[in-house]
Amino acid sequence: MMERLTGAERQIALMICVVMAIVGLVMAAAGHSDPLGIHGAIVLVAAAIMTCFVLRAIGEPEPAEDRTNSYYDDPTKAGLVIALFWAVVGMGMGVWVAAQLAWPDLRFDAAWSSFGRIRPVHTSGVIFGFGGNALIATSYHVMQRTSRARLAGHVSPWFVLLGFNLFCIIAASGYLIGVTQSKEYAEPEWYADIWLVIVWVVYFVLYIRTLARRNEPHIYVANWYYLAFILVVAILHIVNNLAVPASLTGAKSYSAFAGVQDAMTQWWYGHNAVAFFLTAGFLGMLYYFLPKRAERPIYSYRLSILSFWGIVFFYIWAGSHHLHYTALPQWVQTLGMTFSVMLLVPSWASAGNALMTLNGAWHKVRDDATLRFMMVAAVFYGLSTFEGSFMAVRAVNSLSHYTDWTVGHVHAGAMGWVALITFGSIYSVVPLLWKRETMYSWKLVEWHFWLALSGTVIYVFAMWNSGIIQGLMWRTYTESGTLAYSFTDTLVAMHPYYVARACGGALFLTGAILAAYNVYMTIRHAPEKHPERDYPTSSEAAEPAVPAAE
Amino acid sequence: MDLTHDLTSVIAKSFGLFYLIALSVGITIYAYWPSLGKRFDKAANSILDDEDGPCR
Ligand code: HEM
Ligand code: HEM
Repeated sequence: MMERLTGAERQIALMICVVMAIVGLVMAAAGHSDPLGIHGAIVLVAAAIMTCFVLRAIGEPEPAEDRTNSYYDDPTKAGLVIALFWAVVGMGMGVWVAAQLAWPDLRFDAAWSSFGRIRPVHTSGVIFGFGGNALIATSYHVMQRTSRARLAGHVSPWFVLLGFNLFCIIAASGYLIGVTQSKEYAEPEWYADIWLVIVWVVYFVLYIRTLARRNEPHIYVANWYYLAFILVVAILHIVNNLAVPASLTGAKSYSAFAGVQDAMTQWWYGHNAVAFFLTAGFLGMLYYFLPKRAERPIYSYRLSILSFWGIVFFYIWAGSHHLHYTALPQWVQTLGMTFSVMLLVPSWASAGNALMTLNGAWHKVRDDATLRFMMVAAVFYGLSTFEGSFMAVRAVNSLSHYTDWTVGHVHAGAMGWVALITFGSIYSVVPLLWKRETMYSWKLVEWHFWLALSGTVIYVFAMWNSGIIQGLMWRTYTESGTLAYSFTDTLVAMHPYYVARACGGALFLTGAILAAYNVYMTIRHAPEKHPERDYPTSSEAAEPAVPAAE
Repeated sequence: MDLTHDLTSVIAKSFGLFYLIALSVGITIYAYWPSLGKRFDKAANSILDDEDGPCR
């Protein structure tokens, strides 16, 4: 990890670690018995570990490679491995959460394991831990390839990747000890939020600087999506987390907004987190890895431009569909609803563009599970956006809101689209990065595909059934005008579906574990492939480290 | 001046409407501008063979 850094870069890395350690120490001292103190200790330990890493390498010889010759893939590799780790953790938590809903005793009577605490560990673990790391890693890959330029910097990619993971660890550990600012997908408190802003700005600068080195006049469309993801997530994150800490020595803070304004800000954030975290970035993946794997250019490049701007400009207005029938003014709800319905157009344009790219290469889809992952992801993208636009209609939402239908929609998008496109991309890029012939076992990829697909289908169908039954039971009246069913009645009706969901989730988790194993074995045991031609050669091999004269 | 519902809906119905229309027209013209076709084709094909290392 450190061996490719020059001496000066190692010193910068060391300085960052030392500053981090001091920050951690101050947090630990100031916060002592508050959760802030615990987080200070975590920061301190993380900084100490990194310092050891850097110190061990600091006296080593400098790299002899010619940096103009090859892409810088080490951070990408690390990011992919970390993403798979989070996949197993986050989905494992998801299965546990699902099991708790079916069998509440699985809480085992501890405070940290209560539903309200492990549920955000699941959501943050999969969205930020798995999705975020996969996005960062693949964005490093794609920005270099499409610009034909090496990453603009060697310390900053590591800073972004590891700094982001520190944020994830602070977030997950915080939930377990009860830290939350009660905003969904933005639960971490003020100090973690500030840290994420720093990391994110460095990420943005790194991306722009790499693009500035590019050799092509036109920036390939995948980069637009990644950039929209970075830029808009920064804006959303900063605005939604505006808050005043109750004290600088404690974790608690109060939002800058109140009442319905707070709700609107939160769901403007929440929906655009879906749009720019769970959609735009992954569309970047789709637009790069799907054509690449299918060995065909995207069906219509022009359409990809149109749908990009459509998605960017419509999504921003759609957030209020999360607040139908609330204190939010009616016209704001209608605005959100209208834009949500219009969103279907650019969304289907993207999904259709992906499928049309495969048109004529169906034999490849049949034979290659990796490509099939991406194809099915595009289908689920189409399905979940159709469903979303439908649910955003106020009359439909009156049935679906607060029910498991929403959860079904979420996972059609999150498992069917986000996770499948990520796994497809990982399978297509891992052999390339580690210079292997193929994945260790294509059979395991095939197994993973079917486990993931059946897991998703079981999950989504269970939740559709459960949600619609639940919604209908809630709105059934007796002849005398009272509610026909008690809340407990609905729970009894939902129980079988909760069991089914936990089983579907377990299948999906099994697939993710197979993926992690397969990637590990590919790195360790798959036969190497020595590139015969214009593959980026590591220049240590090309030129002798010791000049010939010595 | 207060940011009332009336004011915001007037802005949404006038400025909001026209800037969104202008934007979509602008983007469509950009995407279908004939002379850019070659550049887009080149970009679309450029990713198919990009492992030969950076140019700089
Ligand atoms: C192993 C597979 C998975 C299982 C078993 C699972 C299970 C669950 C459960 C039980 C909930 C709570 C639902 C409730 O409160 O009623 C949940 C919520 C959620 N999960 Fe998952 N999940 C899985 C995969 C994923 C993935 C891959 C993602 C994202 C990439 C994801 C994103 C979410 C989100 C965003 C929520 C919050 C939904 C809401 O508030 O409406 N899940 N999940
Ligand atoms: C055209 C695109 C989409 C539209 C119009 C849309 C619309 C909606 C609507 C109306 C809700 C329910 C709000 C409520 O009743 O509380 C919702 C919830 C949600 N959707 Fe979508 N959706 C779209 C695409 C997606 C995609 C692709 C994903 C995931 C990758 C996704 C993830 C979510 C999540 C996580 C929630 C739950 C939020 C929460 O309550 O915690 N959506 N969406």
